Amino acid sequence: MTSVSQCFEHLRSRARCALIPFITAGDPDLETTEQALQVLDQNGADLIELGVPYSDPLADGPVIQAAATRSLQRGTKLEQVLELVQRVSPTLRSPIILFTYYNPILNRGIERFLQEIAAAGVKGVVVPDLPLEEAEILLRPATAHGIELILLVAPTTPKERISAIAAHSQGFIYLVSTTGVTGIRSQMESRVKDMLLELRGVTDKPVGVGFGISQPEHARQVMNWGSDAVIVGSAFVKRLADVPADKGLREIAEFCRSLKRAIASV
Amino acid sequence: MTTTPLHSGLQPTHSTQHPDSLGRFGKFGGKYVPETLMPALTELEAAFYRYKGDADFQQELAGLLKDYVGRPTPLYFAERLTAYYAHSDGTGLQIYLKREDLNHTGAHKINNALAQVLLAKRMGKQRIIAETGAGQHGVATATVCARFGLQCIIYMGIHDMDRQALNVFRMRLMGAEVRPVESGTGTLKDATSEAIRDWVTNVETTHYILGSVAGPHPYPMLVRDFQAVIGQETRAQCLEKWGGLPDILLACVGGGSNAMGLFHEFVNEPTVRLIGIEAAGEGVETGKHAATLTQGRVGVLHGAMSYLLQDEEGQVVEPHSISAGLDYPGVGPEHSYLKDLGRAEYYSITDQQALAAFQRLSQLEGIIPALETAHAIAHLETLCPQLTGSPRIVINCSGRGDKDVQSVAKFLDPA
Repeated sequence: MTSVSQCFEHLRSRARCALIPFITAGDPDLETTEQALQVLDQNGADLIELGVPYSDPLADGPVIQAAATRSLQRGTKLEQVLELVQRVSPTLRSPIILFTYYNPILNRGIERFLQEIAAAGVKGVVVPDLPLEEAEILLRPATAHGIELILLVAPTTPKERISAIAAHSQGFIYLVSTTGVTGIRSQMESRVKDMLLELRGVTDKPVGVGFGISQPEHARQVMNWGSDAVIVGSAFVKRLADVPADKGLREIAEFCRSLKRAIASV
Repeated sequence: MTTTPLHSGLQPTHSTQHPDSLGRFGKFGGKYVPETLMPALTELEAAFYRYKGDADFQQELAGLLKDYVGRPTPLYFAERLTAYYAHSDGTGLQIYLKREDLNHTGAHKINNALAQVLLAKRMGKQRIIAETGAGQHGVATATVCARFGLQCIIYMGIHDMDRQALNVFRMRLMGAEVRPVESGTGTLKDATSEAIRDWVTNVETTHYILGSVAGPHPYPMLVRDFQAVIGQETRAQCLEKWGGLPDILLACVGGGSNAMGLFHEFVNEPTVRLIGIEAAGEGVETGKHAATLTQGRVGVLHGAMSYLLQDEEGQVVEPHSISAGLDYPGVGPEHSYLKDLGRAEYYSITDQQALAAFQRLSQLEGIIPALETAHAIAHLETLCPQLTGSPRIVINCSGRGDKDVQSVAKFLDPA
């Protein structure tokens, strides 16, 4: 199965920008999540981020917070999420990246966590509350399990720190587009362009831009600024929430295609 | 467990007083925050060290602590409380109260809020945010923001806004905006999460006045050092009153700032027993409690590794306490460190025991303590029968109870 890095190499060779949708596992329910992964895979996703619901999601805005709360209220457990990934990942073209806060990892034990997610077919991990200094504990063991740990760069990150994060990040570098939490915003900050240039100067690794991208025009703009990937979360989560599952699935299929069209060619 | 320090070259020192360069006390502490905040934490740490040794800063702080806050606070001999607990042979614990309740705004919280606002001013931040549980930290922050003309936004759980309505009114009166937090249980944990989200969003213009010795480094160290004045005064006052050290220090622990403020000066005095009291809520066996150190497991919450109330999935458990200031599922990392070292002891007190102590101190000494403080007072019931001779104890009377009288009245007479 393709790793996150291999997926980016493949896209790069064809000069294509990757589309990475995000959904929260277990919202509205795990069956819908399983179908949603397939729908996204068939409608333009190149990689998929799957959010593990957490009780205290510090980096998330209201949409993803609410999705996590609903999912936990339904009793979603990490084990069920991994069973789901194990079932569905062999049928997907897109590598699965797990988005999880650190405490559930610590609680399970780092070795056991990595072993279980690798066995389930997960290819990458994003841990939003694990900055570079704290990430070292996860970086090396992740490699040993064939998991890539994707580190984040923020608009406030100083130059020398950008280089250090870029050097350690695996798979790609997650560029947070704005100071703030996840969520839908009306426009992209132009400093993203400067940060992409900054990153280009210090690394050959792919860069994906996320947080706040909610429209095809945003995706196209970020691609034109030189991003290797666009990550779209809340806008997908919102389309799955509070509507009957079949309607939600139709909506994310259509939305995924519209994002894909926006970044398909210049 | 997987909690060893990350850099082999940065092992924590064996001193119990200084965190290592990653802000760790042993394995506890650290900076588990979104990348966006990392530069702000570095900036704050640099400013803290810079002004710690800056004469102008220290002079301004000392002047305001004296004339605005009303320090030093008295060390009061609680004569009737001492008599109440005396053994039949006339010996017994000699009980002293460190009267932090007499500070301006009625609790120890202003020591830290004042110092941090002076820091924020020098860092050029014009917008201040804070979380609050009982409202005492929120009131202290609103107070110092009014004093310095800074914009002030306080995050408070809706449940706490209800049970601490008086403090909500005080904050608004002083010009602060109180933002209700509805997520989770609508208590301190959720207010803290929301304050951190605000800081992530507005970090370039905003200083976050965290109110306890919790959160990411440098907060646990910084807040402790700004509260350490409590212990420093206590040492001098003990020396003056009986020419020696206290035998026991006793304080309540939510996040743990009043306890660390009292303990810090004495951590390296091996003859001084340190006792922290957590909230057992309806009883630890019911699961409805906030006894983090005695019932929790090591985890990460609000940026720090520490003991944490969590379920088998690593989801943070909703705590319970009658006291809004102790109703928190985490605890400051240095307390976890002192616990594991065996340097400090931690016990828990139920809502009912705290209510009894609330009334006892009111009736015997004419001092209405905060419900938080009442937890520490309540531990005397357990402690006194265990002791022989007449050792001297200093209890941190961390706050006054005016804010609690309405909710206590409801509990005592539900009709």
